Amino acid sequence: MNNYILSFITWLPAVGAILILALMKKDQSSLIKRFATAWFALDFILSLWLLNYNRSMGGMQFLEDHQWIPIIGARYQMGVDGVAVLLIVLTTLLGAIAALSSWDYIQKREKEYYVLLLLLQTAVIGVFASMDLFLFYLFFEVSLVPMYFLIGIWGGENRLYAAIKFFLYTLVGSVVMLLGVLKMYFLTQDTSLTSQISQGTVNLLAGNNQAAQMVSSTLQAAAQNATGTFNIIYMQAMGSVMPMGTMQILLFAAFALGFAIKVPMFPFHTWLPDAHVEAPTAGSVILAGILLKLGTYGFYRFNLPMFPAASKDQSSWHTGFGTFGVRSVIVFLAIVSIIYGALAAMYFVVKKDGDVKKLVAYSSVSSMGMVMLGLFALNPNGVNGGVMQMVNHGIYSGALFLLVGIIYERRHTRNVAEFGGLSHVMPGYAAIFLGMVMTAIGLPLLAVFISEFLALRGAFEANPYWSAWAALGIILNAGYFLWLYQRMFFGNIDNPKNEHLPDLNIREWVYMVPLMIMSLWIGVYPKPFLEYIQQPVNALVKQVRPDYVIGEKEPQITRIR
Amino acid sequence: MFFLQANATSIINPSDLQLIAPELILTVCACVALVMEVILPYRKSKLTAYFSLIGVALAFVALTVQWWYMRGALPVDGFYGMVRIDGFALVFKATFLVAAALAIGISTRFLDIEGEQHGEYYSLILFATVGMLFIACGYDLISLYISLELMALTFYVLVAFTKREKKSNEAAMKYFLLGAFSSGVLLYGMSLLYGVAGSTNIGQIGSRVSPLMLTIQKALDAAKSSGAMADQITGLRPLLLLGMISLAAGLFFKVAAVPFHMWAPDVYEGAPTSVTAFLSTGSKAASFALYARIFNEALGGMRADWAPLLGLVAAITIMVGNWAAVTQENSKRLLAYSSISNAGYLLLGLIADNLYGYLGLIIYLFVYTLMNMGAFGVIISLRRRGIIGDNVDDLTGLGQKAPLMAAMMAIFMLSLGGLPMTGGFIGKYFLFGGLIQRGKADGKTWYYWLAGWAIINTVVSFYYYVRFIKVMYLGDRIADNRPLALSPALQTALAAAVIGVIIVGIYPQPFIQLAQELIGPIASLGAVAAK
Repeated sequence: MNNYILSFITWLPAVGAILILALMKKDQSSLIKRFATAWFALDFILSLWLLNYNRSMGGMQFLEDHQWIPIIGARYQMGVDGVAVLLIVLTTLLGAIAALSSWDYIQKREKEYYVLLLLLQTAVIGVFASMDLFLFYLFFEVSLVPMYFLIGIWGGENRLYAAIKFFLYTLVGSVVMLLGVLKMYFLTQDTSLTSQISQGTVNLLAGNNQAAQMVSSTLQAAAQNATGTFNIIYMQAMGSVMPMGTMQILLFAAFALGFAIKVPMFPFHTWLPDAHVEAPTAGSVILAGILLKLGTYGFYRFNLPMFPAASKDQSSWHTGFGTFGVRSVIVFLAIVSIIYGALAAMYFVVKKDGDVKKLVAYSSVSSMGMVMLGLFALNPNGVNGGVMQMVNHGIYSGALFLLVGIIYERRHTRNVAEFGGLSHVMPGYAAIFLGMVMTAIGLPLLAVFISEFLALRGAFEANPYWSAWAALGIILNAGYFLWLYQRMFFGNIDNPKNEHLPDLNIREWVYMVPLMIMSLWIGVYPKPFLEYIQQPVNALVKQVRPDYVIGEKEPQITRIR
Repeated sequence: MFFLQANATSIINPSDLQLIAPELILTVCACVALVMEVILPYRKSKLTAYFSLIGVALAFVALTVQWWYMRGALPVDGFYGMVRIDGFALVFKATFLVAAALAIGISTRFLDIEGEQHGEYYSLILFATVGMLFIACGYDLISLYISLELMALTFYVLVAFTKREKKSNEAAMKYFLLGAFSSGVLLYGMSLLYGVAGSTNIGQIGSRVSPLMLTIQKALDAAKSSGAMADQITGLRPLLLLGMISLAAGLFFKVAAVPFHMWAPDVYEGAPTSVTAFLSTGSKAASFALYARIFNEALGGMRADWAPLLGLVAAITIMVGNWAAVTQENSKRLLAYSSISNAGYLLLGLIADNLYGYLGLIIYLFVYTLMNMGAFGVIISLRRRGIIGDNVDDLTGLGQKAPLMAAMMAIFMLSLGGLPMTGGFIGKYFLFGGLIQRGKADGKTWYYWLAGWAIINTVVSFYYYVRFIKVMYLGDRIADNRPLALSPALQTALAAAVIGVIIVGIYPQPFIQLAQELIGPIASLGAVAAK
């Protein structure tokens, strides 16, 4: 029953890192960068195998299950659903692109750089592929270390501050999450709770027979050793019988803090601009494209299904302003993130020495707010939109960071005011930039339109006011992105330094074009992508809201064709 | 052997000697090491080091044999209840022997640099180890106290070993004065306990204190409900409490918990680095063994009284240790504060007083021994005569100068902080898990808050652990290009430590299983006593 493809994809980059460490010398930098990029590409090609995911069956597939630390109930369990498949493929694609984009940008200590990049890749894929909470936690926290080095060694002026801030800030969330993990583990030993779990819930969450079988064999093994279990599906199933109360809210908060810092949601976002501005281009690409997804993926995988009662709770606290609950708080923060992120980004266009990278970073805050809004709309449209937005944000923000990196390599500045009229000297660059800016704005026929539309529609179904506020953020988005484009690319070349900038070279075309194609593909024909996530998303909605009837004739996604 | 057939009525039952075989081996080796120093020609003192290592290895073999033949029949008492060999004793003894071996390994080169290569040093290390071993298996207040003093006295000498250094002398003086005082407090607590329980045997104290506490509680309840004068027996409660607090205070000093932690930074900074390493691991582990023995077995009935006390102290210790370490420049001082905070984390295991707690205690102590020894080992490798490689900044650029060394240091630091995939995480996992389990079992929420407080403070600890990594890797500057002071023994010790830390981090199953087998009985004792 074991399928080793996930382990293979996960550990392949780490093997590459070890090979580089063992076989290559420091001064063979051109060999190292070619080898590393090829290795990333290999991993990407391997990960395409995951697209064989059986979309009509749904649930967790490509399962792998080994004994690991039976005495604490931790097993080495891997498995992915459609959402994780898309995110893993996105990760491997962006990994290859990030490696390719660093060839000229990274000029010192190349060996360590590519080793760390590969290790980071392993950690992140591991997060998406784990089906055991303990294993997930290991990957989740270990992913901090390579990123710390990437920012700290190859970052900009203020890199030391940014690196430690990133590290500690995200660490706070994950250590608090550890307490939640422990408590969840002990709850799986609580027979008064677990005896209520119905096989139906497990089947719903597992999605197919194999996965359900894996859960039951896990439970057998746990019973044999008299331990609890870390199996994620089982913990999710336990969520549906967990009584609503202080404990569930605290558990939700423990997990949510860890993920909300990663996302980042409004009050926890301050590490992001610093980290992005200081990180090298590839670091920013991975940070925005993938590491932020760990947060939203965490909400999708853990908070929603594991604490369904808290996730839909809108009436826990009564105050003078009205009644609100956990979901209200999250949605409120999501909307604030959308608007605040957009306003902050706009500030960097207006500002005299506005930093383009900071602008893109804040637009990420806004975009990730949209993901959270979609997820917490708690209906298929919203969750589909949230999940697609994760993928789309990975594509367009990754691309924008790459584009900023390209111009930075040429001019060694990211100051908006330094540019103007670039479309005259760099037409190819301007075209790609335009495509990506339009994607970010949510122009129809480009990727983000699909996801934002779905997320907003889901939010509208839940509460029209939510989508009204969120739409305000989108207008602001369009405002600052167009303004930015205008300032950078139109008009005359005022600054003589910009007169002889070379256009994109072949290597740059090679890594920009796939992203542009992906954006167009998702925008024009999203059906194959939505098919991957349809079953898992429906199961999730059903888990959170058992009484919700999912569109009777056709799932909503087909209606937007 | 002839004494095994001796008359059973003799004062010492000869077969009891088997129980203390590792201690006997080490004692003999320590005495021989003393003589070797005189016999060996000048500059050959290093042979003593290797001889001592062999002694430790032999003791370890003896310990393994003991475990192999006794594991079905534990616990075994000997010397009229003075000594008890149980799983708890075995697992702690193994930790001490590992610590001793590592300490000797990282010492040889260091003493050369300091020009203090004398055979006594190794002899003293062995004597201290003997004291620790006896603490692990002592089952009587008297034997426990004597072995604690044996360990402490040798450490006073060891701290002063670089006798030409002012700092070393000052440290020894401080350590001695405060140590003597705390021993007095400890002894006072022991005498009160003896006065109430009428015995010095741990098991007997335990079996008397628990029912006594119940009776007192009942009498108090009855007095409260009837409004009558309290029973005379309730007068024993303050005595017991005073005894418990004195014991706790004495031990707080030994493990450097707040508010008795003041000595630690000065002593750790002043002592020779190799001694600091041994002091912060072996001595701390031994004190925790003593703690567990007394609080779990003798005072198990008073859990409700000592758990909050220890909890408060642990919370403050964790905070003070971590926050004070943030501003330190001297790496030995920094590690001293980190060791204070780690004492707080280890206390959590005692507070939890259940299987997870004790597993956490022993696994974290074991891993802590490895990683702390390793960290001090790396610092020793930077040292050269005249220049003290003690500042955090002296590690600058180590990542480029000595990549392997730097990688090891980075792993030790991340493990000290408790990053997953290192041994430190597994230890902390059990410590926090024990608290949460205890919180549920006792239905008290303060256990959860304590766990939350402790875990938030690990973030602070990462700030200063990561500082080492920062100076090693993130700068482009290199402190200097002179070679490191390496020796085969030091390299072996470091490699062993780093491999241990990683193995425990990635595949802890065999360690946990063994530990669970060995300390399961004592942990279940705690669970029962809590009721």
